[in-house]
Amino acid sequence: MLSFLIRRLLGAGLVLLVMSLVVYVLLGLMPGDPIDLMASGDPNMTSADVARLKALYGLDRPLLERYANWLVAALQGDFGFSRLYAVPVLDVLLPRLANTCLLMGAAFLISLLVALPAGMLAAARPRSWLDYGINLFAFAGFSIPSFWLALLLILLFAVELGWLPASGTSAGAGAGWLDRLRHLVLPVMTLSIVSTASLVRFTRAAMLETLRADYVRTARAKGLSFRVVLTGHALRNAMIPVVTILALDFGTLFSGALVVETMFAHLGMGKLIYDAVMGNDFNLALVGLLFATLVTLLANLGADMVYAALDPRISYAR
Amino acid sequence: MPAEPAHAAALAAGRGSARRPTSPGRLLLRRFLRHHLAVASGGVLVVLLLASLAAPLVARLLEVDPDAVDLLNRFAPADARHPLGTDELGRDVLVRLLEGGRVSLFVGLTGAVAAAVIGTAAGLLAGYLGGRTDAVLMRLVDAVIALPLLPLLIVLAAVDLGKLGFPEALIRDEDASLWRILVIVTLVGWTGTARLVRGATLSLREQDFVRAAEALGAGPLTIMRRHILPNVASPVIVATTLSIGNVILVESVLSFLGLGIQPPLPSWGNMLTGAQELIWQAPGLAVWPGCLIFLTVISFNFLGDGLQDAMDPRAD
Repeated sequence: MLSFLIRRLLGAGLVLLVMSLVVYVLLGLMPGDPIDLMASGDPNMTSADVARLKALYGLDRPLLERYANWLVAALQGDFGFSRLYAVPVLDVLLPRLANTCLLMGAAFLISLLVALPAGMLAAARPRSWLDYGINLFAFAGFSIPSFWLALLLILLFAVELGWLPASGTSAGAGAGWLDRLRHLVLPVMTLSIVSTASLVRFTRAAMLETLRADYVRTARAKGLSFRVVLTGHALRNAMIPVVTILALDFGTLFSGALVVETMFAHLGMGKLIYDAVMGNDFNLALVGLLFATLVTLLANLGADMVYAALDPRISYAR
Repeated sequence: MPAEPAHAAALAAGRGSARRPTSPGRLLLRRFLRHHLAVASGGVLVVLLLASLAAPLVARLLEVDPDAVDLLNRFAPADARHPLGTDELGRDVLVRLLEGGRVSLFVGLTGAVAAAVIGTAAGLLAGYLGGRTDAVLMRLVDAVIALPLLPLLIVLAAVDLGKLGFPEALIRDEDASLWRILVIVTLVGWTGTARLVRGATLSLREQDFVRAAEALGAGPLTIMRRHILPNVASPVIVATTLSIGNVILVESVLSFLGLGIQPPLPSWGNMLTGAQELIWQAPGLAVWPGCLIFLTVISFNFLGDGLQDAMDPRAD
């Protein structure tokens, strides 16, 4: 187990390294660079000043050399300054990371709590009205554009009913946790609906597959009730493919969080990355993307651990 | 995957009796027609496609120009000339919705097909050749599937093509954003198909008819094209249909965020961009484009579901 963990962590490190290079190169291809932006805002700057500043910050060096310099600094914990916020990158990033984890964690839990029972119920009574209803909800859920769903929820709960705030993370400092919670409801609701939908479909399919197995028939034949067989025998095995999907879905969940955060002005990582890209904040966008990748990779690893716990046939010891 | 059972049934029926055998295509159609939602979705999609293709015609009939700005006539209510009213710049909403449909459907269909072609090629190569080719391609697929894609796509969409050495004329072209978004959705979409085709190829590779072809001296390319490709065709068709909806969703969210299709070229996504601020003045602007995205995507998903049931009756 330990050697598996170490191998996976090394693999994750490699992915991060490759990602950092790719993103570094891509960000370098975005329109404008910081000095040009500075020059366009200050008519007193001559082209000689621009050249001197570029030399000072090393922007006249070849791309790979700049990347190597960045990497060496980053490995020592120096991620540079944010252009938009004028503070070290990590100072902006870490509080945002906490907000996103809260949003994603809540949506993840809710979608598990809804999708697993719903998928099981649908599989237990295939082709019943309940099954059709649950299926219809699932299809609607993964066909609806998340930003439009957010718009509709704002229209209903914030504009029409006035029950919940339409945007923001809190009403201000000292507003208390209840206010925080009220600001979380709509973003979490949007994200949960979208991520529940595909999970329901997978749970239903996996459960149907499992219910066809011989051991299920045996358990029924020796007189156990359907309910006991469903939760006692079939559930654990049906969970194995579902956990695989969950692991792969963290990336999608983060993408969803980006849209939702942008819609609700929820101060999380997704919105941070979006704003950084739009505002030419090179350092912030780069480090934000790497942190997002790191969180996703760690979540994948966690899901693999659960996978091993569910299925004793899988052993990571070599 | 075994040879199509429908063939065997048709052969037996033809040999034994004078009854006309049911062709596999007819069986397929019969099974598809049983899925009422899929049939209805197909109808909806045909109507949407025809309506968006007829956009220039509708514009001529109503005597409106979809790009003409009329600031004296903003947020006009519905009337005979503007059946759905006008938007924040006084442009006709109906004609822009139809034009936007053309863009969204074009991106969805073309992007999904391009992704399917790349994915099928990658899957065939990885599955049949195995070894290092397989390892490299599948690591790539794993990475693309697991990573948080949307932030990366945002960076990709923001890249300045001029810095990549593309000619100025091409970048200034009105349709440049259309081609860029096509490339982006293709980059995202190929992985699912690649996995699917690789899995099917791995099991087909071991079957007798492939072994026989190998023994007769057929090269890898011939075997992949003549013996394996026809056998993976139906799951690929299903997967491609199901991915059209996804492609349209990706296009719409990027356009919504201001990074996809660039105005004045309308798309359902970019028509919603301003809708959030205008929700008080003109809620209709927020409703229509979203409804059409939703309707189109869910229709493609139902259609794919129906095709799946028809092509693989054992599933589910």
